[in-house]
Amino acid sequence: MITLSNVSKIFKSGLKAKDSIVAVDDISLTIDEGEIFGVIGYSGAGKSTLIRMLNGLETPSSGSVVVAGKEVSKIKGSSLRKARHEISMIFQHFNLLWSRTVRENIAFPLEITGLPKEERRQRVNELIKLVGLEGREDAYPSQLSGGQKQRVGIARALANNPKVLLCDEATSALDPQTTDSILELLVDINKRLGLTIVLITHEMHVIRKICNRVAVMEAGKVVEIGPVLNVFKNPEQPITKRFVQQVTEPEETKETVEHLLDRFPDGEVIQLTFVGESAENPLITQLIRNFKLDVNIVQGKISQTRDGSYGTLFIHIDGPAEEIDHALEFIKQQQVGVEVISND
Amino acid sequence: MIENMFPNVSWDRILEATNETLYMTAISVAVTFILGIALGLLLFLTSKGNIWENRMINGIISAFVNIFRSIPFIILIVLLIPFTMFIMQTMIGENAALPALIIGSAPFYARMVEIGLREIDKGVIEAARSMGAKTSTIIWKVLLPESMPALISGITVTAIALVGYTAMAGVIGAGGLGNLAYLEGFQRNRNDVTLVATIVVLLIVFIIQFIGDLITSKLDKR
Repeated sequence: MITLSNVSKIFKSGLKAKDSIVAVDDISLTIDEGEIFGVIGYSGAGKSTLIRMLNGLETPSSGSVVVAGKEVSKIKGSSLRKARHEISMIFQHFNLLWSRTVRENIAFPLEITGLPKEERRQRVNELIKLVGLEGREDAYPSQLSGGQKQRVGIARALANNPKVLLCDEATSALDPQTTDSILELLVDINKRLGLTIVLITHEMHVIRKICNRVAVMEAGKVVEIGPVLNVFKNPEQPITKRFVQQVTEPEETKETVEHLLDRFPDGEVIQLTFVGESAENPLITQLIRNFKLDVNIVQGKISQTRDGSYGTLFIHIDGPAEEIDHALEFIKQQQVGVEVISND
Repeated sequence: MIENMFPNVSWDRILEATNETLYMTAISVAVTFILGIALGLLLFLTSKGNIWENRMINGIISAFVNIFRSIPFIILIVLLIPFTMFIMQTMIGENAALPALIIGSAPFYARMVEIGLREIDKGVIEAARSMGAKTSTIIWKVLLPESMPALISGITVTAIALVGYTAMAGVIGAGGLGNLAYLEGFQRNRNDVTLVATIVVLLIVFIIQFIGDLITSKLDKR
């Protein structure tokens, strides 16, 4: 559905080469039809520029961008405008027209495509129902909550039956609960309409919750890409590990573990990582039954991704060194990740 | 009673002069509104980072606006005499004042329009572009409606300035309340005429401000 080949974007701010900023650096990737694809990175990583090249708001300095069979990076004028009807976008700050009511805001893209008035009215009513804004049709954006505003944004984006929906930090201005309800709405739309969704974010929570695949961006490059569960299982780059930690480990984990290492000079503190089905096996019970060990659960968390669950568990085990080695061997056989945390 | 307080005031003349002032103000406000928005839009759209970014055109319009905004109005009228004679064929009467009134106020209003347009959230324009809107659609359906409260409060300020300009134009022969206050009141030393003319001008200004504020608050849904 979307193919990027060797796409770069350089912003020139001065005459000299050193004044220019490479926002996107030679990115190639493909996004399949019906997929929810996430791009994660800190601010300044180039993800905003990247998503803006998908609908031609930015033109790449080199490389090609093909979306829904059209080379967005080449076309201009009316053919670009027509292509944009199929690639719609929602924004972090919603970008609604304050001078229009909910109904009129949603009708705006339909006015652009020139739909007759009566059909426009019908389509707007459908959309209001789809995003769950019944009863708020005649409110102005200033009278709506953040979540409701984003629902208007989504309805507006879906008005012309696009093939691709681009989400530019669409939940970053919302509180956690509202974020979840908007994410659920996006999944629902993705399933019901078969829409391809590309979203950029700096929150791993968003990726975990709805994405099929994720690309991690740093300094204009995609440093890691793959199915969300795989990236959670084996994060390779340090930046990816940091993002994965955002959702798998409570913030105070590091301190807790350090404290434990001090308190228990004997035995080992072990981090276990469970992915998919292994997260549901009674590993600890087996450990206690089969080995002469004291097992102490320190801290744990299970996260649900779209394709399975992912969890981490910190335990402290104590007993004869030989027995500990056997136990570690046993855990590895259960397809559970093991990492012995040492005091350093 | 009123006759005793204002012995020299001819109410017919006051009414006539008021009509002339209102006529000059109304026509020049209407033309200034359209011309100022057109100029303001051009200033905005050709500025850096906008749809028609063009340094040269922006520089030319900007210079034009700055020059005509800086010339004191009374001097502008004199400077424009040949131009007025050319298009109006006369220098006497309300119509003769119109070119100077419009040329004096449109650049002033254009700057206010530009400021109003700049205050529109850039994201809203980007959203319209992402929907595949044409520039004309963006102008008519985004830029103008989204800046309308600023455009209205700007034209209110401009209209009040224009009432003052008509008085100045009156002094050199355009008619209206300024003309009356100067010729009948000042030059013949009839202070009651000057006073009444002033009160009528004040009333006109208050009414304009009231209407402007009313429309602005009705329009503003933020």
